[in-house]
Amino acid sequence: MTTGKSMKMLHETRLMFVRSIQHTLRNPIWVVLSLVQPLLYLVLFMPLLKGLGGVPGLPQGKTVQVFIPGLLVMLALFGSAFVGFGLVDEIRTGVIERFLVTPCNRLAILSGRILKDVLVLLIQCVLITVCAIPFGLSISIVGFLVSLLLYTLIAISMASMSYALAITFRSEDTLASTLNTIALPVSLLSGIMLPLALAPLWLRDLAKANPFSYAVNASRALFSGDIFNADVIKGFIIIAILAVILFSWSVRALKRMIA
Amino acid sequence: MAEQFIIETKDLKKNFVSKVKGKKKIVEAVKGINLGVRKGEIYGFLGPNGAGKSTTQKMFATILLPTSGEARINGYDLVKQQQQIRQSIGYVSQSGGTDSMSTGIENLVLQAQLYGLDVMTAKKRAAEFIERFQMDSFADRVALSFSGGQKRRLDLALGMINHPQILLLDEPTAGLDPQSRAYLWEEIRKLKKNGITILLTTHYLDEADKLCNTVSIIDNGVIVASGAPDKLKSDIGADAILLEFADSQVAQGSKEMLEKEFQTNRIQVKGNTVLLYISGGDRALPSILRLLDTNSLEARSISMSKPSLDDVFFKYTGRKLREDDIG
Repeated sequence: MTTGKSMKMLHETRLMFVRSIQHTLRNPIWVVLSLVQPLLYLVLFMPLLKGLGGVPGLPQGKTVQVFIPGLLVMLALFGSAFVGFGLVDEIRTGVIERFLVTPCNRLAILSGRILKDVLVLLIQCVLITVCAIPFGLSISIVGFLVSLLLYTLIAISMASMSYALAITFRSEDTLASTLNTIALPVSLLSGIMLPLALAPLWLRDLAKANPFSYAVNASRALFSGDIFNADVIKGFIIIAILAVILFSWSVRALKRMIA
Repeated sequence: MAEQFIIETKDLKKNFVSKVKGKKKIVEAVKGINLGVRKGEIYGFLGPNGAGKSTTQKMFATILLPTSGEARINGYDLVKQQQQIRQSIGYVSQSGGTDSMSTGIENLVLQAQLYGLDVMTAKKRAAEFIERFQMDSFADRVALSFSGGQKRRLDLALGMINHPQILLLDEPTAGLDPQSRAYLWEEIRKLKKNGITILLTTHYLDEADKLCNTVSIIDNGVIVASGAPDKLKSDIGADAILLEFADSQVAQGSKEMLEKEFQTNRIQVKGNTVLLYISGGDRALPSILRLLDTNSLEARSISMSKPSLDDVFFKYTGRKLREDDIG
């Protein structure tokens, strides 16, 4: 890609990003609503874990330290998994087609949206983390900042997948059932709610096939400030590869719209 | 090429692959279209839903790739020079593509920026179209609140924001009230006066008849007839006479009789009506009346009309466009 071409792409990504942000600000209710669920986990579920302190993977008195990094991964997973619905609507009303008729870069149409999804997620992550401090959470600032990068990669992966499926199915119903089918096992097999150390061997082996279980491990290590931990490096590599694959898939799906 | 065409196609085809019960099935949506659109004319595709009008237009708009064949738009190759084509054309789809969560102004400015204009120029361009299409009173509102006519005006402005040389309009007046329709026709005529070439699809006979310089009748993915509307109609060389009877049996009987009398096969029975195409219908009417009378066949009503584009459609496809329309 020439510099002129990539400058054009960046410029158009910014245009699409600004448009998406305008939409979000016009309809902030869903941003607020998507915050309610993790807050409910914080208030209604985390106290349950306290009693479990001392079991493998849940050190006594440090359950919040294990739970919050997992919760943020879940937020990144679920918060970004359902962004495809908006795209289905814009495909149906011809908005996307109108963009495709212009010389606008195809990649920018998606990356602008994904950037908005990432920004919304990061704001939510910071809010949840701050809310968890009164519950006894202690964080390493550097570790937390690096973990935000990890959530960014997760959001890019999930949003790309959601957009790719939206373009392929072009139907809210099919999209909803497919996303639920994917998201549920992915979250169950990632050790978000309870540490996988509690799981029987076969379940732990199954979880090894789930890229997001590495993300949860990485997230927990980062919260304890252990930046150069092997789990962190492994988690970043796996999620980064996943993000690249899923993003390319979504761009390919968009280009195939015209085939 | 003797004549310079701004849109030119050679055997342009489009197949879609659909899966029915796991089996791949190829649907030939466009089966080889050859056409030439002259610079500055209003060119219409007339045909029923599913005839391949929109598919052809989408290929011209670079949002569908042809399966085979060639086309040049404004001198550029349809497959190899898409970016140049995108700069030369404007396209307004049937659904319009207005972003309902953005204001009219935001829609227009972004669209202009996507064509590479800087933000200042884009704002000026948006203002130009807001004035031109009289959108001042609502352009700062979110498009969700627009009326059908207001939305259509914004759609059109969005499709023209890059000052295109060719404007592609897919069913531009479908579902509009008569007033908005008249307004849009006026706008399209003004565009033609400014030298812009317009290619529109329609299933409205009067739209094709009154608005277009050239009409191509499309059916089942092929152009079955093409020419100026008046030429197409006079080529029929006949008037349409419609006779209505008490029941279908009488209708059938009179069909056979008329067939014999006028030595014609351009006659059709539908229920209790008979439709006959005959040249010099005004002179044939008295003998038809006499014939019915001597055979004691009583017609409820008889009417004669000059041929319409619907009759042209009937001549080439054996069906009426209006009937397709209802279904």
